[in-house]
Amino acid sequence: MDSVFAAVVQAPEDPILGVTVAYNKDPNPIKLNLGVGAYRTEEGKPLVLNVVRKAEQLLVNDRSRVKEYLPILGLAEFNKLSAKLILGDDSPAIQENRVATAQCLSGTGSLRVGAEFLAKHYHQRTIYIPLPSWGNHLKVFTMAGLSVNAYRYYDPATRGLNIQGLLEDLGAAPSGAIVLLHACAHNPTGVDPAPEQWEQIRQLIRSKALLPFFDCAYQGFASGSLDADALAVRMFVADGGECLIAQSYAKNMGLYGERVGALSIVCKGADVASRVESQLKLVIRPMYSNPPIHGASIAATILKNSDMYNEWKIELKAMADRIISMRKQLYDALSARGTAGDWSHIIKQIGMFTFTGLNSDQVAFMTKEYHIYMTSDGRISMAGLSSKTVPHLADAIHAAVTLPVRSKFEIYVASIFGF
Amino acid sequence: MKQNKRSNCNLQGNETNLRDKIVISRKQYQIQRRKRSNKTSEHPHAFQDHFNKLLGGIRFADFPYMSIPTLTSTFVGGEMAIRRAMSGRTAVVGARSMSSWWRSVEPAPKDPILGVTEAFLADPNPDKVNVGVGAYRDDNGKPVVLECVREAERRIAGHLNMEYLPMGGSVKMVEETLKLAYGVNSELIKDKRIAAVQALSGTGACRLFADFQKRFRPDSQIYIPVPTWANHHNIWRDAHVPQKTYHYYHPESRGLDFAAMMDDIKNAPNGSFFLLHACAHNPTGVDPSEEQWREISHEFKVKGHFAFFDMAYQGFASGDPERDAKSIRIFLEDGHYFGIAQSYAKNMGLYGQRVGCLSVLCEDEKQAVAVKSQLQQLARPMYSNPPVHGALIVSTILSDPDLKKVWLKEVKVMADRIIGMRTALRGNLEKLGSPLSWQHITNQIGMFCYSGLTPEQVDRLTNEFHIYMTRNGRISMAGVTTGNVEYLATAIHEVTKSASTC
Repeated sequence: MDSVFAAVVQAPEDPILGVTVAYNKDPNPIKLNLGVGAYRTEEGKPLVLNVVRKAEQLLVNDRSRVKEYLPILGLAEFNKLSAKLILGDDSPAIQENRVATAQCLSGTGSLRVGAEFLAKHYHQRTIYIPLPSWGNHLKVFTMAGLSVNAYRYYDPATRGLNIQGLLEDLGAAPSGAIVLLHACAHNPTGVDPAPEQWEQIRQLIRSKALLPFFDCAYQGFASGSLDADALAVRMFVADGGECLIAQSYAKNMGLYGERVGALSIVCKGADVASRVESQLKLVIRPMYSNPPIHGASIAATILKNSDMYNEWKIELKAMADRIISMRKQLYDALSARGTAGDWSHIIKQIGMFTFTGLNSDQVAFMTKEYHIYMTSDGRISMAGLSSKTVPHLADAIHAAVTLPVRSKFEIYVASIFGF
Repeated sequence: MKQNKRSNCNLQGNETNLRDKIVISRKQYQIQRRKRSNKTSEHPHAFQDHFNKLLGGIRFADFPYMSIPTLTSTFVGGEMAIRRAMSGRTAVVGARSMSSWWRSVEPAPKDPILGVTEAFLADPNPDKVNVGVGAYRDDNGKPVVLECVREAERRIAGHLNMEYLPMGGSVKMVEETLKLAYGVNSELIKDKRIAAVQALSGTGACRLFADFQKRFRPDSQIYIPVPTWANHHNIWRDAHVPQKTYHYYHPESRGLDFAAMMDDIKNAPNGSFFLLHACAHNPTGVDPSEEQWREISHEFKVKGHFAFFDMAYQGFASGDPERDAKSIRIFLEDGHYFGIAQSYAKNMGLYGQRVGCLSVLCEDEKQAVAVKSQLQQLARPMYSNPPVHGALIVSTILSDPDLKKVWLKEVKVMADRIIGMRTALRGNLEKLGSPLSWQHITNQIGMFCYSGLTPEQVDRLTNEFHIYMTRNGRISMAGVTTGNVEYLATAIHEVTKSASTC
């Protein structure tokens, strides 16, 4: 008897997670992993926040705790606290019960559940994502049943925001189209709109009745301030309009593998929010029934205890500050080497990632000759750097930019046709 | 390369060589598609795979002048039309920005199972009994955290980081889990012929398999037993896999309708996909006997059917995990290639941790690697990678022989208590002089008893006696205790004594 799946071919490695796979295989001691966006300490080690360990101990020692199923929408306490975290304690939307929140599996899960909800209940099935965006966005929205289009975002000439292109592209979108916005610390470019630019974007989106869907994976991690990083989201909610928000606690609480996140849908009225909530359950139940309890319990413990919450803010700021300092060090190292080109974007960009502007040939060179692992779009995770390893990276970049390069045209054609 | 003015939905007249190549590539795709089938319902993912291959070759950063709207819209329009046709929905005219987008959203019906517990919690009556949801309770009606789990948590807390697991989850946990299903010394595990990933408990494992089935066997359907756990229908529906049913429960005997089941198996087209409950069928508690499993396996071979086992109660049914895996071992002996969804929700009491495993048995290691990689591709856009905590608990327990012994004892205690409650409930009903037969209570196995109560009788139990169960008459025996079994029997007797049949 043959297997019914005999014809299944091997899938390509996930481009982002595949970087770590390749890194792990490399025996060279000077190797550097700048692929996945997971925070590392100065010593290059993963970090579990002290406040998280405290919360964990509280949970483990509490013999009254059980492991029962959570409700489909997750831990209610966690949901309320998450909504407050992103919208603000005194948000009118919350006070008016206009926010439907579901605990989901980190950012990915929140995006997927939100997208499936939209595919079932929203009249417009096209979502616009920025160019470029996190690679998994395309897959998530497509699997959910949405069609994916794009709007210009990154300007390689300035290594900054192409605000004109953005406004033009969203301006030409059909009324009601969904728009994915990175709330802060855009992944992979690190380029965020300035507050005035956010205002322009907001006005355009509202005037065209587009539906904003925020991906908020780095609140507090970008600038070091939870409130500052929530500015864009709160601006949109303040105008009374509707939006979706996917939150992740993977980075800002270091809860990566516990898969902690929340999807909030801000609606016009409480009755609508309640109906929306009931429909979210129908999306979640056939996917995984109800979300995992452990990570959300840790997050809720921290968020509801004011001492622990303050501790968390301090540890969060320390992580953000270390990253900002790595940016400065890398920039200084490249300046010191007289590396050709303008590298000021390294300190202008924000969040975990820097879009270096290096092309795939240069990246391949750096991997081969310097054992530096990063995604082929030139994105590096600043969190993977330390004062000790900055010089090594600077050397590699310096060497890479003095290589003769294929034109972008040649690379493009080659990639389409697979050579 | 000349900078082109962005145009949203059309290719411009001044096509560059590049655009022509994309258009040619698109035409080639369409030709392929037409060749493949004349059906209008092309499965949506084939297109997207092609799109992905193209997009995967484009590095966004390098091509600022080539706007994605131009590229995607030329491909995407067709895809959207297909989706609309398949879904049968027509576009609703857009709501104005002043009103809510969600005005037309209907309130969803309550989940029939989880809604029962909600209603129970809201009831202030002190005599209330919850025999709704399938979560184990001890004899005091309290949820239980197993001692082996507490010990595992103590060992884990404070010692490990919370880094992302790989997309396929914890390798160690998966290995141990396969041993439970396939046998500790299984050659298949040694030969690496099993594609397996950690999944979000049983639900997540079933959903991943349904998505996989849709993607790689797009013309297939799933045969689902009548009755089954209600969420099975939701899972395969949301995966867009068409469903058929097969006979299973025999109401008159409250047992297995084996003849009709075998007929359905024989009459299904060769190579059909069947969902089987490996043990402790939910909701009926009715399992095929060993001989019946052998016959089923034999017929599956004759017909070339694919078996997908949902095994949510291994160890929980008889108290012995090896015995509960008998159906799977029979299929293994007969050389089938099948799939299994395993859950630790009940047998390790890890309900809310969402720990499970999906495995697919393959011809060889190479195929297993390929299948696993594709399962990961389906997990990535759903949740990226599975939660670590529950997996750590499982692997800590199963890889420590002493701790594993503790677990096996605790599982047996749970199963024995349930078997004891079955005996007690039946005994009480007979003592009350019920005119009906309650043999099925002790014939059935696992957490649930399919009582045979009608929805109206269930409603009476709830409204008059504050006893909560699902309206199909399914009683979760785990909710029965020495403290409430008499009350439960009295109530059931009360609502059934005047019925000639139940």
